[in-house]
Formats: sequence, C-alpha cells, structure tokens
Amino acid sequence: MKLSKRFWGFIIAALVIYAVVQVLITTGTLNPFYSNTLIFICINIMLAVSLHLVIGITGQFSIGHAGFLALGAYLSAIVTMKLHLPFILALIVGGIVAAFAGLIVGIPTLRLRGDYLAIATLGFAEIIRIIFLNIEYVGGAAGMQVKHMTTWTYAFISLVITIIIISNFTNSRHGRACIAIREDEIAADAMGINTTYYKVLAFVIGAFFAGIAGGLYAHNFYIIQPQNFGFLKSFDILIFVVLGGLGSLSGSVISAILLTLVSTFLQEYPETRMILYSVVLILVMLYRPQGLMGTKEITDVVANLRSKRREAS
Amino acid sequence: MEWLQQIINGISLGSIYALIALGYTMVYGIIKLINFAHGEVFMIGAFTGFVAIVHFELSFVPALIIAMFTCSVVGVLIERIAYKRLRESTRIAALITAIGMSLFIQYLFIYFRGAEPEAYPQDVLPERTLDIFGVKVSMQALLILFISIVLMILLQFIVQKTKIGRAMRAVSYDKDAARLMGINVDNTISATFAIGSALAGAAGVIFGIYYTKIDPLMGLIPGLKAFVAAVLGGIGIIPGAMVGGFILGIVETLVSAAGFSLFRDAAAFIILILILLFRPAGIFGKNTKEKV
Repeated sequence: MKLSKRFWGFIIAALVIYAVVQVLITTGTLNPFYSNTLIFICINIMLAVSLHLVIGITGQFSIGHAGFLALGAYLSAIVTMKLHLPFILALIVGGIVAAFAGLIVGIPTLRLRGDYLAIATLGFAEIIRIIFLNIEYVGGAAGMQVKHMTTWTYAFISLVITIIIISNFTNSRHGRACIAIREDEIAADAMGINTTYYKVLAFVIGAFFAGIAGGLYAHNFYIIQPQNFGFLKSFDILIFVVLGGLGSLSGSVISAILLTLVSTFLQEYPETRMILYSVVLILVMLYRPQGLMGTKEITDVVANLRSKRREAS
Repeated sequence: MEWLQQIINGISLGSIYALIALGYTMVYGIIKLINFAHGEVFMIGAFTGFVAIVHFELSFVPALIIAMFTCSVVGVLIERIAYKRLRESTRIAALITAIGMSLFIQYLFIYFRGAEPEAYPQDVLPERTLDIFGVKVSMQALLILFISIVLMILLQFIVQKTKIGRAMRAVSYDKDAARLMGINVDNTISATFAIGSALAGAAGVIFGIYYTKIDPLMGLIPGLKAFVAAVLGGIGIIPGAMVGGFILGIVETLVSAAGFSLFRDAAAFIILILILLFRPAGIFGKNTKEKV
C-alpha cells in the first residue's frame, strides 16, 4: 500500500516536472543552453543510477562504465547515421548491445573480487575504446558526426523508465538478493542465493541503461570520439555514485544533478573542475566514507522527520 | 635476426614496466592497496629528471638520483596525507581515494604548469648501436637494462638483507604480530612507499630518455600497465613484478612488430583478463582459500 502510494507520487511528480520544463522550452523561456544542460543532467542521472545498481546495490566495484556508454553511443549512432533507422530503435539497439557486452564481460570478470574486478572492468573499457579507435567505419580517432536528435522528451522518458525499473528491481526479491551479496557474499551463497547469477544480472541491467544513456549522449553532442569515453568518463560516473552514497538511489540522483551543474559552470576551467572533483572525492572518503546519503533514500529521511515531528507534538 | 632485436627492445621497455610494477607490488603487499597515484609519481620523476638535466645541466646519474629522492618524498607525503587514515576503512574507500589522489596530482600539475609536452634532450646517454653477431642493439637500450637490473638487485638486497627489509616483510605478513614484536609499522609502511616511489622516479627518467617525450598525463597508461605486470607476476611478490614487467614489455613489442601497433595498448589488458581468469594469483603466486 505504502509502496504503491510512493510509486504514484513519483509518477505524478515526474509528469509535473516534465510538463513544466516542456512548456518552458516550447515558449522559449529556457534557451537552448539550459535545455541542453537539462538533457545532460538526465543522461548523467541515468549513468549514475545504472552504476549505482552495480556498485551500490550489488557491491561489485566496476570502474569501466564508460565502456558501455561508448558501446551504446557508437551503436546507436551507426543505426541512425549509417542505416538511417529511427532514433527510438537506435536507443534500444544501443542498450541491447551494451547489455550483451555486459553479459560477455560480466560472466568471466565477476568471479573476481574488489580490486581485481575494478582493474578488469577498467581494462575492458579501455579495450572497447581502443577497438573503436581502430575501426575506420566509425571514423577512428577523428570521431563520428551524429545528428542532434535527443530532445527533452526522449531524455526524460528514458530517465523515468530507468529509475522506475531500477528502484523496483532493488525492492524486489532479486534486489534483496543483490543487497545480500553486497553485505556478505559468502553468507549469501550459503543462504542459497545464486551469487554469480545475480551479480551478472545486475551488471547486465546496469550496462543496458548505460547503453541507452550512450545513445542519448551521442545524439546530443553532434560528434562522438573515442577519447570522450576514456578513464576520466568512468571516473565522472563513479564520483556521482560515491558522493551520493553507496547504496542510495536518491543520493546518486542528487549528486548527479549537483555535479553536472557544477561542471557545466566550470566548463571553461577543466583543470579546476578536476582538482575540485578529486579533492571532494578524497575528503568524502576520509571524513564521510558512506557518502552524502549513506544507504538511506530521500523518502526515508522525509518519513523520519515526519515521525519525529509527530512524536514531538 | 629481426625478432631477436625486437625481443631486446621489448626487454628494455619491460624493464621500465618492471621498475614501476615493483612499487605497486610492494605497496600492495604491505597495505593491500592499489596505489593508483603511483603512475603520477612516475610522471613527477620524469619531470624532475628533465628539470635536472635541462635547467641544471646535470648528467644522467645525478639527475636519476635527484628524481628518485624527490619521488620518495612525494610518495611518503601521499601516504601520510591520504592513505594513512584509511588503513582501517573499507577497500573500496581506499581504492577511490587512490584514484582521487592520482587525478589530483595530474590536474594540479597541469594547473600550475600547463598540459603541453616536453622533449627530453637526446644526448643524455651515448647514442650508438652495437653490432653483436649481426644483431643491432642500441647502447641506450642496453644501458637502460643495466641500470634497471642494478636497481632491482639493490632492492632485493634491501628487502632480504637489511633490518628495514626484514621489517617490511614482517609487516606484510602480519601487521599486528609485527607491531607486537616492536616494529614501528607506520615508519615501515612509509619506507615502503619511499622505496617504491624512488623506483618509479627512476623509471620516469629512463622512460623520458627512451621515448624523449613526456607530458603531465603520461603516468596513467604506463601506471596501469605496470599494475598489469604486477598482477601477472603475482601481486605482492617482488621477483614476480620483475618477471611480469619483462614479459609484458616483450609481448607489447612483439604485438607492434607484428603490425598491430594500434592494438598495443589493448594487449596489456587482454593479458590481464586472461591471467585473472586462469591464474588469478599470478605466475609466482600461491592460491589461497578464502576463509569465512
């Protein structure tokens, strides 16, 4: 009862945000710079939330998320620019190919733990980048021209679907299995949870949404180049999740919004931005390793406050 | 004879990887942390050597020593400022801090200096080619190999024969027991960082002389590859890092000699994934069972 109430509340809030922004865009109150920033925020939230499922919920430390972003971006660009098929199909193809890559990457590497898994996923992302760098069909190092097709509608609908699916997954039986793996893999195994299956499942779902985000990303920037998908991009996504709190979906959404705004305003000073990012990351790890929200969700915080007030009165 | 020449080039390249990998492996052995900032220490070593050679007009050996000294100071600073507080926290927190530290050094360096690359002077080491039984070997490659081997022997001596080396081995085996035996664990860990970083600094100078081009972001890829070398040999095992570095250097050189030079960087990661799948403990490592 409570959960369904929360779900409908979320849907209504999403509709309201969508309608307000859409009206602002069509009436021209928001200039293209701001609407682009909003689309970029949507893409970054999708990336953050999809990585949150892998790192925050399942506890598998993957630092190669940009690899899936790259796959989604290139594949969807091929579908629209080379095969001239519709954009919506391109997004789905990008997502499916990235999910498939996640499956191939995940089955062998998720046997590894901690540091080794991190390095292996980083290695896979680098391999994907180097492969695109060497394929002439997609322009090699010079990159690939892509038409601007991503609109606020596409970005926002994809975002809402991503959040709904990932939060429902987290609250389902499968999600609880993933959380059990995060807490203690050996104990989870002993309780009869098929740990490999759930780790790969979370990884594939994460890769799928990263792939869709990649499709939106490619069609928002006119050009995609392999160098956009290097280690730094993976790091950008990682910092959303870490800063927001490992295990908190709303935390990663909030930090994705905040950091995207910060980096948009610091666009002309990329060094300052990176120094700021890395200092924030180090300080958060030293003094608040659980991140902004810890494993709590924003709804828990609100409910807590409310019950406290009721006790007081 | 072509391939023999390539193998010798590969060994010289591998000796650079091996020197960096030694730092990774020593640090991992003692505090179980992948020190991502190690590649940046390597970069600082390359730039210190450059400044010493070009601006202070020193010859190769003093430049090398200055670079090694500077790097060991930097390494100890990184450890004292960031990693020391994280010893009791989770592995992920430590790893994220290391990544943050790496980026912080890179971009702080770019902020104050700019991102443009610098060309190492060509005349630091004698540039001649020797002809040994029809194999053309550049003097530079041989000298690089010689210096690396001297440094590795020195390291083996320190670790095996001196008091601080014994302390390092004890701490990496069991930190608490070592502390009970009266070993100063903090100082031992700092000494490990100092030695590992000094080797990375030496690797930086050698890299600069061999490849002639250095830039503030140069540490990332060699750093990651050296980590691959350390894993390949068995992380935490000093001879393993040397062998892993040499193997990686040879494989990379052969891959580019076979005409796949663009895929050279991918070779290291493919090796990494294969080794992690089939022998995760590395060539020299022993398989250990995980206890509950």
